[in-house]
Amino acid sequence: MIAKHATSDTELLEEAARKAKHQKYVLRLYVAGMTPRSREALRTVSEICREELAGRCDLEVIDLYKQPTLAHREQIVAVPTLIKKLPLPLRRFIGSMVDKEKLLVGLDLIPRTP
Amino acid sequence: MARQTHTPSTGKLPGVEKCPTGIRGLDEITDGGLPRGRPTLVCGGAGSGKTLLAMEFIVRGIRDYGEPGVFVAFEETADELSRNVSSLGFDLDKLVRRRQLAVDHIRVERSEMEETGEYDLEGLFIRLGTMIDQIGAQRIAIDTVEVLFAGLLNEAILRAELRRLLRWLKDKGVTTIITGEQGEKTLTRHGLEEYVSDCVIFLDHRIVNQIATRRLRVVKYRGSSHGTNEYPTMIDQHGLSVLPISSLGLDYGASTEHVSSGVDRLDAMLGGGGYYRGSSILVSGTAGTGKTSLAAAFIDAACRRGERCLYLVLEEAPAQIIRNMASIGFDLGRWVDKGSLRFHGVRSTLYGLEQHLVTLHKLVSEFHPPTVAVDPITNLMVVGETAEVKSTLTRMIDFLKNQGITALFTSLTEGGGPAEQTEVGVSSLMDTWLLLRNVEMGAERNRLMFILKSRGMAHSNQVREFRLSDQGIQLRDVYVGPSAVLTGAARLVQEARDKAQAVSERESMARRRRELQQEQALTRAQFEALHLKTAALDEELHTLEAEDQTRRVTAAGEQAELARAQGADGNGGLSKKGAKRPADRYARA
Repeated sequence: MIAKHATSDTELLEEAARKAKHQKYVLRLYVAGMTPRSREALRTVSEICREELAGRCDLEVIDLYKQPTLAHREQIVAVPTLIKKLPLPLRRFIGSMVDKEKLLVGLDLIPRTP
Repeated sequence: MARQTHTPSTGKLPGVEKCPTGIRGLDEITDGGLPRGRPTLVCGGAGSGKTLLAMEFIVRGIRDYGEPGVFVAFEETADELSRNVSSLGFDLDKLVRRRQLAVDHIRVERSEMEETGEYDLEGLFIRLGTMIDQIGAQRIAIDTVEVLFAGLLNEAILRAELRRLLRWLKDKGVTTIITGEQGEKTLTRHGLEEYVSDCVIFLDHRIVNQIATRRLRVVKYRGSSHGTNEYPTMIDQHGLSVLPISSLGLDYGASTEHVSSGVDRLDAMLGGGGYYRGSSILVSGTAGTGKTSLAAAFIDAACRRGERCLYLVLEEAPAQIIRNMASIGFDLGRWVDKGSLRFHGVRSTLYGLEQHLVTLHKLVSEFHPPTVAVDPITNLMVVGETAEVKSTLTRMIDFLKNQGITALFTSLTEGGGPAEQTEVGVSSLMDTWLLLRNVEMGAERNRLMFILKSRGMAHSNQVREFRLSDQGIQLRDVYVGPSAVLTGAARLVQEARDKAQAVSERESMARRRRELQQEQALTRAQFEALHLKTAALDEELHTLEAEDQTRRVTAAGEQAELARAQGADGNGGLSKKGAKRPADRYARA
């Protein structure tokens, strides 16, 4: 009984992972002007979009200096901030995104290493 | 806004320009308000009123000084804030609609955030900048920025950014309040005080003897004089109020006007007119000596004069006092109905000493009573330490004195202790001190009253018996006899005895007088009789003399006739002899 249940859970997870592979990603990168940090973040995120999410990535880069009201709406405090709007759950990343591995893990693109 | 940005921090300006908070008392302590265009740190423990102070600073700035403001909340949403302060009569939504206020809730959720690499808080700057520019804010409150320390892991970045934020706000010329949670050994948990060098205010909320007291202290205020003490603070339906210690100088006026104590004979004992207006009167005594009655008499008299009165009762319910005092002829209820008497009845343990003091302040400033009674001050003893109570009472008395209020305090003396000592040691602050005392004698207790001191008036040194009747308070002379001082029934008995003695003395006197008078009359009668007898004898003597004369004349005539008849010539010798003999005989008879 227990074993069967466990199998079904695993199956569910596997299915979710299969689905994720085809899921569309909606990413928003908020920056404040084109600082070196902004540029670095943009480079990393663009790379991920190109390499891991080819064809299913909706990335938008927003300069808060130009659209300051969005900072309030999106609860931005630190910049650069990358928000993964879809797939759920919503997740935020702040910083210059130097750690690509961490970012990939956070975006559920590679499994978390124990 | 711009004018402050040009002010160098090391400038030679006469003083820091002030930005009034509108919070009662705080502007007095800070000599006009917070430093304009600079950040002020408000720190304190949980529930010490940081958020309220910050919010009042913004809302009062808008309402009272026409300075738009921004409130940035890290812990509460705009809706929550709005609800929380609506009980204080602040309508945030209306102010927001009028574009005088901007509220932003900044949410930093650790769980949904990951840090990869370096970042800055430009997002926060943009948000604040947008709001400030939208409404032209001159004030901003940030409550509390320390939440960022929980949300963001890179403390080095955070600290640098906070420093930049405050610098930036300073450059924008907005007067800022940032709040911070109290740390264990530091003013704030994350050392915010190192970024804010202009003004730091510390709020304290401590529990002593299970009673909470709030204090406020200006830890530092660069470039301005400020009060350095801990000031009692209160939060009530009107918001925060800070209580500056009443003026430290002793410069209150001294009135020569008298106000009646409500007891005629007591007025007479106090040099004719009663207490001085604006003086402090202490009535002390053990339980049941009539302290409250004396206070009621004083209040009744003040109300009769048409003055407003404030009666702080800390032991009995006002209704009970009204009932009890009606039984001795003081109808306080009608003054309450007329609005000239206001009771304020609370248990002394309801809140801390400061709160009592602040309450008194508020009541006095609302009601402006020229007469105040506090009954009894000793009940405040249980609320704090003796030193604290004394300092609070000192402030209370000073405050009332400065307002020119005639204040009467009652003080309960514990049985057995020295009567000439108040439990709270405030007697030296009092101008007039009436001591009430119970005397037990002849199976009854009687009340005695005397004036222990009364500054500046020729007061009586006599002990009086203090009697309560349905006609009010009466003072009677006590019996001062050779053996003892007597009161009550003993006095009456002694007086009766004295009276009887006096009567009997009077009677014996009268008797003695009568006796003497009788004796006098008798003597006078005897004297009269003797006088009469003398007169009678006198008369008889005269008669005899006359007879003798007649006889002698007759005899001489007969002799001469005989001689003539005998023809003798020598009548000299013979007549002499002959004349002498009968005369002698008569005289002897």
